[in-house]
Amino acid sequence: MYEGAVQDLIDELGRLPGVGPKSAQRIAFHLLAADPADVKRLVTALTEVKDKVRFCRICGNVTEQDECRVCRDPRRDLTAICVVEESKDVVAIEKTREFRGRYHVLGGAISPIEGIGPDDLRVRELMTRLADGTVEELILATDPNLEGEATAAYLARLVKPMGLRVTRLASGLPVGGDLEYADEVTLGRAFEGRRQVDV
Amino acid sequence: MSLYRDEGVVLRVQKLGEADRIITLLTRRHGRIRAVAKGVRRTRSKFGASVEPFSHVDVQLYAGRNLDIVTQAESLTAYGEQLVGDYSRYTAGTAVLETAERLTAEEREPALRLFLLVIGALRTLTERDPSLVLDAFLLRAMSVSGYAPALLDCARCGAAGPHRAFSVPAGGVVCAACRPAGAASPPPATLALMADLMAGEWEAAEATETRTRRDASGLVAAHLQWHLERGLRSLPLVERR
Ligand SMILES: [Zn+2]
Repeated sequence: MYEGAVQDLIDELGRLPGVGPKSAQRIAFHLLAADPADVKRLVTALTEVKDKVRFCRICGNVTEQDECRVCRDPRRDLTAICVVEESKDVVAIEKTREFRGRYHVLGGAISPIEGIGPDDLRVRELMTRLADGTVEELILATDPNLEGEATAAYLARLVKPMGLRVTRLASGLPVGGDLEYADEVTLGRAFEGRRQVDV
Repeated sequence: MSLYRDEGVVLRVQKLGEADRIITLLTRRHGRIRAVAKGVRRTRSKFGASVEPFSHVDVQLYAGRNLDIVTQAESLTAYGEQLVGDYSRYTAGTAVLETAERLTAEEREPALRLFLLVIGALRTLTERDPSLVLDAFLLRAMSVSGYAPALLDCARCGAAGPHRAFSVPAGGVVCAACRPAGAASPPPATLALMADLMAGEWEAAEATETRTRRDASGLVAAHLQWHLERGLRSLPLVERR
């Protein structure tokens, strides 16, 4: 335990995802030794991200405007929606250049053990987007791990009565992994080889 | 005991740092343990797939100062793959895992009977009504943890049953003399179903009506929540058919 401000900083850093007590301490002392200008820039970035960044009205992706860059692009194909867990997955899939449709960012995966059910994700918003019949294909690109698979299976069953083509990225993606860690070639191939989901 | 081997069921996985995970295992010999599985979220991980929730794995661990480290993991049965496509089975299975975690208050305290119950429940979930399998597991898991609800004789005075009233705070069925205020009067079929689930009488349990099952689920959940300090997160999310 350290005194006052240092311990406060360690505590706050320790609440970040993936940061353990040791890392929190390392980052805190790095900041303590850093140039004040560098720290100011970090503070500004933190403040601005909360002030400026919002979630796209259409797809839930992060954006500084009402709609994200993908949804604003008139060349995107409106008949296909790719469902992902997080905005970082949008970035990963955009890099493959395999997909020309729009996205839907759920904001996570169904995780009952964490108390996260379908109502805690942007599932209702997805159903609203599908309601007018424009979308013909729904690509389920949740992470290739158990929670991602469970989320995909839940969504496939939910949209089944709507009669659209529901596909899932081809296996070949490592099971248990995060989508963001798949390299572009593997992810692109998984996209290209996506298969229809039978419910 | 710097390096040791055991088999276990993965109860929970949590992300750690860039590519690691902390996994919580209920093991056959060492009770509940938490261990770091390094690099499993990366694409070329050796054992990423085998340390997913529900997996029954054979593991070799290195005993660390704080957390143990998984050095080898070999999948025995990947129950998750069998459950994941069916939301009712998946959510019921998750409640099994969370209950097992919550009923093992202390790490490294052997809990062989609970371990065997978890394996049995995961195996049965693919074969029978998941809601019944879950309730049977909850009743038996409470039983091996010393919280079994009284289903025949009075929970307070031991007077021979059957009795009509059920009181969660009293610990199960109560006789007319012991009956506290607020006790429920479930239909006899509900208590009979709970007894059948406890005893593994599947045919009798599966012959019951939906309403009876729902009543029994409610009493089982109330009894469990009473004994746990805080409620289970997954239980309200279980899809009951
Ligand atoms: Zn958008």
